[in-house]
Amino acid sequence: MKNFGFSSIKPRVIDYDKNNRTVLDYIMEHEPSFALCIGCGGCAATCSAARFTDMSLRKINILLKRGENDEVRRLINKCMLCGKCTLVCPRGVNTRNVIFLTQQAFKKLDNYAV
Amino acid sequence: MPEKQDEHIVIVGAGTAGCTAAGQLAREGYRISLIEKESKPGGKVNNWYQLFPDRRKSEEVLKYLLGEIDNPLINISLNTDIDSIIKEKKKFLVTTTHGELLPADAILLATGFDLFNPERKEEYGYGIYDDVITSVELEDKFHSGAILTSKGVPPKRVGIVHCVGSRDEKVGNFHCSKVCCVTAVKQAIEIREMLPGTEVFCFYMDMRMFGPYYEELYREAQEKWGVNFIRGKVSEASENIEGRLLIKVEDTLAGRPLKMQVDLLVLMIGIENSLSGKRIAEDLDLKIGINGFFSVLDNHYGNNLSNMEGVFFAGTCTAAMNITDTISHARAAVVEIDSYLKSQKKEVEV
Repeated sequence: MKNFGFSSIKPRVIDYDKNNRTVLDYIMEHEPSFALCIGCGGCAATCSAARFTDMSLRKINILLKRGENDEVRRLINKCMLCGKCTLVCPRGVNTRNVIFLTQQAFKKLDNYAV
Repeated sequence: MPEKQDEHIVIVGAGTAGCTAAGQLAREGYRISLIEKESKPGGKVNNWYQLFPDRRKSEEVLKYLLGEIDNPLINISLNTDIDSIIKEKKKFLVTTTHGELLPADAILLATGFDLFNPERKEEYGYGIYDDVITSVELEDKFHSGAILTSKGVPPKRVGIVHCVGSRDEKVGNFHCSKVCCVTAVKQAIEIREMLPGTEVFCFYMDMRMFGPYYEELYREAQEKWGVNFIRGKVSEASENIEGRLLIKVEDTLAGRPLKMQVDLLVLMIGIENSLSGKRIAEDLDLKIGINGFFSVLDNHYGNNLSNMEGVFFAGTCTAAMNITDTISHARAAVVEIDSYLKSQKKEVEV
């Protein structure tokens, strides 16, 4: 079918009620310290991967909490699991484990296991 | 026991500051007239169910305040306002709305604060939608033992909006009301405690946890009670076809707008100088600061002093304060008044 050059634009607004937070639930179940994030960005500032990619753990944390999983999926594998973020977190969030669990959750989701 | 003093002090306002100062001054031997416009002493503490940061019952602090003013040297007049205050040389003549004439050697203004009227922020829908309520109305619900929406059911999701009437040029308030952030955290915990199945979201501009154990309470809210915090100022609330409230906010940490439905929206209303306080300021030519509160003589070492000799300040009529700081400020006012009256006495003797 011809589309005459038109395309639909995905709204930028985060629709909290429509979003799916299964990945978040999985993380919260296995790493409750995730609740303590205050979005300070210390993790993102020290991140080795962030020097060369658009990886930002601060952003991933927020997106996970809102259920904006597509963006998380795009970013999460840029992490090298070096764990520097965990060293600087002022709230004691086990950030390395959050990334690990996120990757795990996506894998399980793809295999319909979550 | 200190000897009885001749001087008479009029204290305006029998809230936290007024009761504290009255009690301490009476113990120093001064005679006190305590003027209160409401029908009972205790001021705004009467509004609260539990107090931050330790969630003790407000009745405990009320009991302390009432104990302070239980002194034969204190004469309290309830349901009474100030009609006029006239200064003649070093003395004052206070006329109450009941026509009483009270000569005074010093005046302590402990007139406190008024709560911001949220109808002025029309975009939040207070007075339009039944399920938009204030932080004080939520305390009433805690008192009643049940948190219900206008439909008579417990809310599945509650939104709490910080900074309503504070840090907002649009309503003429530049100042931070200081106590609302921690009140929001306290109330969020209380909701989660009473209704464990209810989600709670706090929408904040900055989390200002200035007092001892406030940050710890914030942490507890996240860790133990699962309260959610979203950084961004809610721009509007509207009702959808199902009668739920739809709120719009910029999720500033995500850098994207967010919309969400809630069943109850709680507005953390800020504090402003009281109208009755402002009237007295006008009457006595007392300076008002850009924040609308009484202007103190020195921000660092003279914050109980006014620009008029013999007129002193205690508590939230000078700035937003919590109960602890209000009590400290009122006790400091007692020291200032005592040394002022003693210096007056010396002048007379010389």
